[in-house]
Amino acid sequence: MTKKNHKFVADLLTYTVLIGGAIVMIVPFIWMISVSFRVPAQQYARILIPNPVTFQNYVNLIKDLPDNAFLFLTANSFKLSILMVIGQVLTCSMAAFVFAVCKFRARNLLFALLLGTMMIPSQVSLIPNFIIFKYLGLIGSQWPLILPGFWGGAFGTFLLRQYFLTIPRDLVDAARMDGASFFGIFWKIYLPLAKPAIAALAIFVFKDAWNDLLHPLVYLPTDMHQTTLTVGLAFFQQQLVMGGKFTVLMAGAFLSILPLLIVFFFAQKQFIEGVALTGMKR
Amino acid sequence: MNYGLKPFGRERIWLWLMLVPTLIGLAFGTVGSLLATLGLSFFDWDLINPPQWAGISNYAALLQNKDYIEAFVNTLKFSAEYVPGVVIISLIIAVLLNRKIRGISIFRTIYFLPTVTSAVAAALVWNMIYGKDTGILNLGLESLGLSPICWLCSEHAMFSVVIVNVWGAIGEGMIIFLAGLTAIPRDYYEVASIDGASDLQKFFHITLPLITPSIFFQTLISAINAFQAYDYIYMLTRRGQGNSTVPVAVYSIYRNAFNFFRMGDASAQAIQLALLVAVFMLIMFWWERHYVVYE
Repeated sequence: MTKKNHKFVADLLTYTVLIGGAIVMIVPFIWMISVSFRVPAQQYARILIPNPVTFQNYVNLIKDLPDNAFLFLTANSFKLSILMVIGQVLTCSMAAFVFAVCKFRARNLLFALLLGTMMIPSQVSLIPNFIIFKYLGLIGSQWPLILPGFWGGAFGTFLLRQYFLTIPRDLVDAARMDGASFFGIFWKIYLPLAKPAIAALAIFVFKDAWNDLLHPLVYLPTDMHQTTLTVGLAFFQQQLVMGGKFTVLMAGAFLSILPLLIVFFFAQKQFIEGVALTGMKR
Repeated sequence: MNYGLKPFGRERIWLWLMLVPTLIGLAFGTVGSLLATLGLSFFDWDLINPPQWAGISNYAALLQNKDYIEAFVNTLKFSAEYVPGVVIISLIIAVLLNRKIRGISIFRTIYFLPTVTSAVAAALVWNMIYGKDTGILNLGLESLGLSPICWLCSEHAMFSVVIVNVWGAIGEGMIIFLAGLTAIPRDYYEVASIDGASDLQKFFHITLPLITPSIFFQTLISAINAFQAYDYIYMLTRRGQGNSTVPVAVYSIYRNAFNFFRMGDASAQAIQLALLVAVFMLIMFWWERHYVVYE
């Protein structure tokens, strides 16, 4: 009897804390959506369900900003994020394959060096990279945001290497007997087998590129045809709020997170397993 | 572990070709740029006139630069509130979720949502929530009979910014801890139950010691993130002229490098930030050797 009571109390406490916490986590999203469907006069109203519900803010966002700014921002974010994913998946998987499968003299030293770079704050690289890109005449173009995607990275290489290590060696031997080349083994055996890990990496890279604020802020001009959604929204905050248009701003915020929310709902497993994977013991 | 796939003769070139992008990244992106920043920190350079040798004067100037000291102290304060906040709250959520309750996947999804949301979009709505006269947070306070708070004014801004950053990071911590918790064998708890241990005793004598690797990892990651925190702080506290109510070290680096073009000062600050990370890592690895239990 007492034990049963005890469990009941513990469960009650558990649910109270979890539900309370969940409300705090989700309220900002609900508020964002709620405000985005209101008429501007009600932007500060203390109501949850807008009355009347209007789509005008979304229309304004797309139609009324000068020169289709919102569409350009969205297109830029997609373009840069997708290029980043392609670059990272290609270059990290090649390095991961070499580190996982090959034995050569400098391997351990190089791999340790690469892992060590995870500890270097990105602000440290930002200054010399800015200077290099400036001397190459690339500041103001999108190249400084594209090129680094194609020079590998510690996180992606580590993630894929861990996965490659689980692929049985017999496969390599068998392929060798069939006369497969070195690159062929990577391209036809390792890459297809590592799909789950590659999916996880792609999602992470996309998320980070899509949400990046600092790098576009440094490298791109505040020109709505050149820059990304994050910078654009940060810019609109000052513009639109001065005009008192929180409703339009929230519509923009919601549209900007929508692609990732959709990816998240469809690929939740990869997201969550990817995080768990990075936290595994070495 | 060691496959030892031997490239045949000419194939050796492939091995290095496949490493080329990574080697370029090391040379320009990470290791090379660390050395370059270190070098730049000994010069005065505005990117227009030729660099001038400055010796250690950039570092010496930092010690007298009140703005920088304020920014550095803010980074430390921020980290001191943020790191325990993330680690403790996400551990509690994970432990509760691990109690075989209903709706675990719904809870997990909701707690993870902020992690996939851009700090910019989230900060826009938090700005509204924190609004002094119009925000729903103050509405809540008023309905409880309390007086409204100016959440983003200087005396409360740090705390408000920490809340939003913790809100954005709990999801990831929760997943790390859940992965650690599910690795603990259930038998341990069953044996403890037979011996009549209470839930709290089980938590402190089984869960906590066995989850120290995850706590170590999460503390490390959270601290590295805290030292570099920028997005939410920029969005919530920026004022005119690129100023901020809560300037942190990264803010100071950014302003010096890209607003004032004082590359030497900015590099010296970046090196100091890197040193902070390095010292913290050393402390953490010492802590790991003494207190973290690997099975």
